[in-house]
Amino acid sequence: MKQRANAWLYLLPALLFLVFFMVYPLVDVFVYSLEEGYNFASQTYFGVGGYNYAYVLHDPYFLQALKNTFLLVIITVPLSTGLALLISLGLSSIRALRNLFQTIYFLPYVTNTLAVGLVFMILFQKTEYTDGLVNLLIHWFGGTGVDFIDGPYWAKMFVLCFYTVWVVLPFKILILTSALASVNPDYYKAARVDGTSKPRTFLRITLPMISPMLFYLIITGFIGAFKAYSDAVALFGTDLNAAGMNTIVGYVYDMLYGDSGGFPSYASAAAILLFAIVLTITCINLLASKKHVHH
Amino acid sequence: MKIQLQNLTKKFRSHNKNAPGEVIAVNDFTFEIPDGQLIGLLGPSGCGKSTTLNMICGLEKPTSGRIFFGDRDVTDLPPEFRGVGMVFQNYALYPHLTVAKNILFPLENLKGKDKLSKEEMARRVKEAAALVQIEELMDRKPGELSGGQQQRVAIARALVKMPHVLLLDEPLSNLDARLRLQTREEIRKIQRATGITTVFVTHDQEEAMSISDRIVVMREGVLQQIGKPQEVYDDPANQFVARFLGTPPINLFSARAQGGRIWVGEEAVLPAPGLPDQPVVLGVRPEGLLPAEDGALTCALSGVEVMGRDISVVASHPACQGPTLRAIIAADTPVRPETGSVRFAVKPGKAFVFRAETGDRIRSAT
Repeated sequence: MKQRANAWLYLLPALLFLVFFMVYPLVDVFVYSLEEGYNFASQTYFGVGGYNYAYVLHDPYFLQALKNTFLLVIITVPLSTGLALLISLGLSSIRALRNLFQTIYFLPYVTNTLAVGLVFMILFQKTEYTDGLVNLLIHWFGGTGVDFIDGPYWAKMFVLCFYTVWVVLPFKILILTSALASVNPDYYKAARVDGTSKPRTFLRITLPMISPMLFYLIITGFIGAFKAYSDAVALFGTDLNAAGMNTIVGYVYDMLYGDSGGFPSYASAAAILLFAIVLTITCINLLASKKHVHH
Repeated sequence: MKIQLQNLTKKFRSHNKNAPGEVIAVNDFTFEIPDGQLIGLLGPSGCGKSTTLNMICGLEKPTSGRIFFGDRDVTDLPPEFRGVGMVFQNYALYPHLTVAKNILFPLENLKGKDKLSKEEMARRVKEAAALVQIEELMDRKPGELSGGQQQRVAIARALVKMPHVLLLDEPLSNLDARLRLQTREEIRKIQRATGITTVFVTHDQEEAMSISDRIVVMREGVLQQIGKPQEVYDDPANQFVARFLGTPPINLFSARAQGGRIWVGEEAVLPAPGLPDQPVVLGVRPEGLLPAEDGALTCALSGVEVMGRDISVVASHPACQGPTLRAIIAADTPVRPETGSVRFAVKPGKAFVFRAETGDRIRSAT
């Protein structure tokens, strides 16, 4: 009994912290999202109901943000995880220059998002002075240039996805190379004695062995991509609605503080919607993992 | 299948930065393993026994020398074309696959003309499982099995391809003492039942002696002695082999040959006709020391340990190379601890004389 009391006592600081800074805000946001016509200054509202949700769900900006976010998630999560796996496999099968390559692949992780965004703008943006490095390359190969920053939607989406993949790769490579290194080499020896082909060794031994880590990366990848915002800002500036490249988090921010700001209820409703989406996807992921992940 | 190793040598590049160069793991090995025998590769850790096993398996390429299975030179063949089954020290069972799927795994790799039908595979898996008596565990995962059960699965997986040669790397080292006894019997039984030429690696001399048809004693990459366990025990080639085999270990005395006798301290303990005068090391097996009123070797008595069938007399002697020496004698031999000393007669067949500098056996002496 005493031990139990002690245990709670030790947990108390962390629990208090959680309640004040996690549970309370979450509940508060939920409450805001149900209060119709809430006014920040006077702290008053007209009524309670689902109007905020209805508004947000009919707002073309939100729908655009929703579409952008989903596209970003669907494209970048599988792509970055797959690429990271390929690069990690490559890294773990070479000896020479391994450290050099590891450093190169890890650089984006320690580089500031906005600085990287600037570099990407230089690479991709068309200005009066230059077409941008990428366009120069395209011209050189005989193609027609395109403005990736202020041009057509697909071009902007391409840059955003490219950028996101590039930014999230290093962490995934880091995790996967260590996961690959932790597979006991005896399994590979046993497979070799039995004449297992390389692809089969990968599919039947390596992949299941690193599946917990892979799964961790997929879940955090989904969550991270759904919460994307700074990447878009770095590339397209703060007026994302005008650029048509807003994300859900960007929409929430705009509703709170942007040009059209001052709508905490709409922001809350959008935030709750995002929360529901992430929760659903994560649950689906967890269910799928029961079948395919081997702990 | 007969296995022949000819001048087998394996050198590794040294990873020690202070001492670059090459490490010779296995040095000029030549021996033959007769068909259908169980061979124990025995030696302390780092003696090259696992490297030898890996070369027989094909996981490592020898630096020089050849390996023959029967009349076939397999030196340059990868493992899967040699017809070997291997059991790893940690068993290396795929943790995400059930026992049945683990055993099935090697069969699924077969391609071309060797490819088996589903029914044939199932039959072979069942057969292998029956051989090691794990039929009731087929749907479990390796993590749900005891160490002994995991090992049976590993053996079944190695046997399912019907290899010509079965290789076991420290097969018993991950098991507790009781299971070890039982499992080594099991391995012997399976080997007898299948008649597969089997090589296993161990650092445990008791393990090697108890089940091997022949033991191969190695030290620092160099072959020391090959023979039937009893022969090697009774007739060790050098001091290292004598010391490595036997529990309790052999008692070693700094001694000298003088005037056709072996002297320990001031006592002449053994006749050694024709042996030139020189410093020697006298090794006496614990069962070669017999307490006797008129025994030649006088030792300070430290105590008597009762083991039931035998008793172990613990004593010490200034010339003894260990802190204590031990004699194993029948329980009904009278020993009087209160006297503080004990005299032993040395049984000639249980005593060996070695050159003091090299540790080589001097045979003519005993």
